[in-house]
Amino acid sequence: MNILVCVKRVPAPGARINVTDDGMAVDAAHLGFTTSPHEECGVEEAVQLVEKHGGEVTVLTLGPAEAEEQLRYAASVGAHHGVLVPTDGSAWDPQRTATALTEVIEGLEGSAEGGEDDNPFDLIIFGNESADSGGFQVGVRVAHALGRPIVNGIKGVEIDEAAGTVEARREIDGGFEVYRLAMPAVVGVKEGINLPRYPTMKGRLASKKVEVTSVEADADAGGQAMIRLHRPTEAVSETVILGEGPGAAGAVCDVLEELGVL
Amino acid sequence: MLLVVLEHDRGSLAEASKEALTFGRTLAEKMGVDPHAALIGSDADDLVEVAGEYGAGTVHTVTHEILSDFGPEAWGEVVVQLVDELDPDAVLACGTERGNEVMAQAAARLDAPFVANCTDISPDDEWAITRTQWGGSLLEDVTLETEIPLVTCAFHTVPSSPADAGSPEVESIDVDLDNDLARSIVQERVVLEAGMTLPTAPVVVGGGRGVGSADGFAPLEELAELLGGKVGCSRAVTNNGWRPHTDQVGQTGTRIAPEVYIASGISGAIQHFVGASGSKHILAVNTDPDANMVTKADWAVIGDLHEVIPAISEEIRRRQS
Repeated sequence: MNILVCVKRVPAPGARINVTDDGMAVDAAHLGFTTSPHEECGVEEAVQLVEKHGGEVTVLTLGPAEAEEQLRYAASVGAHHGVLVPTDGSAWDPQRTATALTEVIEGLEGSAEGGEDDNPFDLIIFGNESADSGGFQVGVRVAHALGRPIVNGIKGVEIDEAAGTVEARREIDGGFEVYRLAMPAVVGVKEGINLPRYPTMKGRLASKKVEVTSVEADADAGGQAMIRLHRPTEAVSETVILGEGPGAAGAVCDVLEELGVL
Repeated sequence: MLLVVLEHDRGSLAEASKEALTFGRTLAEKMGVDPHAALIGSDADDLVEVAGEYGAGTVHTVTHEILSDFGPEAWGEVVVQLVDELDPDAVLACGTERGNEVMAQAAARLDAPFVANCTDISPDDEWAITRTQWGGSLLEDVTLETEIPLVTCAFHTVPSSPADAGSPEVESIDVDLDNDLARSIVQERVVLEAGMTLPTAPVVVGGGRGVGSADGFAPLEELAELLGGKVGCSRAVTNNGWRPHTDQVGQTGTRIAPEVYIASGISGAIQHFVGASGSKHILAVNTDPDANMVTKADWAVIGDLHEVIPAISEEIRRRQS
């Protein structure tokens, strides 16, 4: 099985997100960066699938040169190849991102075995949506451009090698829906599909040797253009301190009775 | 005309669809057009009246043999054919998982932009939109340049409210769907849990890193049971493997809306807070009086949750006996 996982480098905010003075980005001066959570689970899922069925995992990201960190991290938990589509670090709109990714994926598939025949990834995994811009569409656009089925919101994946299908489960209220997609297929996964492993020391060392290829790609801007980011107005709340330690239990129960939940 | 695509599950209308129609009425008025609704699938007939009640003057119904259940590609293609047939001025859905997915499918097929999770729209010559980023922790102003705007409104941007309207006109629209679109239709369903779930629990007792271990949740379970609620947790907890992801409250977990959220040992990172922001009241238990969860709470107890939570349970039992 050859699996491709598309990931995004995003800031890791704490109690508050601040915006740069020009309003065009999250102020990441004091923040670390991480892989968007749904996509971190996507990498883990791909690694588990090739551990079970054999094959290789390629991780693809479109972002600044520093996004190599996220590719190395993916390699440290078991991915075999990394591909970086470098940008100047500015935010690309969803159409531009999807068009560039599609071009890169077509290139990778044409050359995956060094031959001229198309060699599609059996499965391409996206995150359901990115943690930051949350456009909810890049995976769908790429799948459509490639002519492959895609279902989003996936929290369970099983491969039926004999049938050449992927069984994908999507959570609904009190249960799940089951989809069966013929491979090559695409899924948008959500956090909770698995619990991503932490890299081992051996994995960290091995990740330094994994080849990260840089592939140039670009596309025209789409119809959605960012003007500025801003923080929503926050409801100012006065916190009433009910007390300190277990002695506050009586005051807590008074509040719960007042709210009618006790 | 503004076409509002309604979401339903085998004939059961999503609450989000009522929000989309409510949001759509205001948008249509700003645009100077009428709101219409689209109902996709053969089991949606009973929903025509509800669509009318929420302001759709005309309801376009679509049935086809492959629309036996939900399928993102088939539904997206139906939206494309409705756009061709009806030539709407814009298309709106609610920004739920399915709503965003169907609109993304339609946009991909039309090679057109799609703006997800809008909170405010000024439909002038060029549309100026405010939408959510970071699950609602941040807002983004965008402009949209396109022939037929495709947008979703962020879930819970407006409370649904019925319109003062009569019965809608019903128009059945024929669509031509390739059999190939059946490839991503739901094949089967599995029911796991009946009864109260985290999103609908009237009380949620949340635990964070401060709980310290899987076993440390026992007193939280006890308190939740006494209050007829559920236990929730932060991402740090699921990452440590102390609780299943289904208990996670936050941007990438569950959005809760209880009468009161008792958040214990949770610092309150924005990704967690955005999942808890639908709570009517928040009561924080934390050793740190400056923790974000404490400053955003209505009430707080400063102290160790391992002592405070059992004391609350004990006091409840005392009062109930």
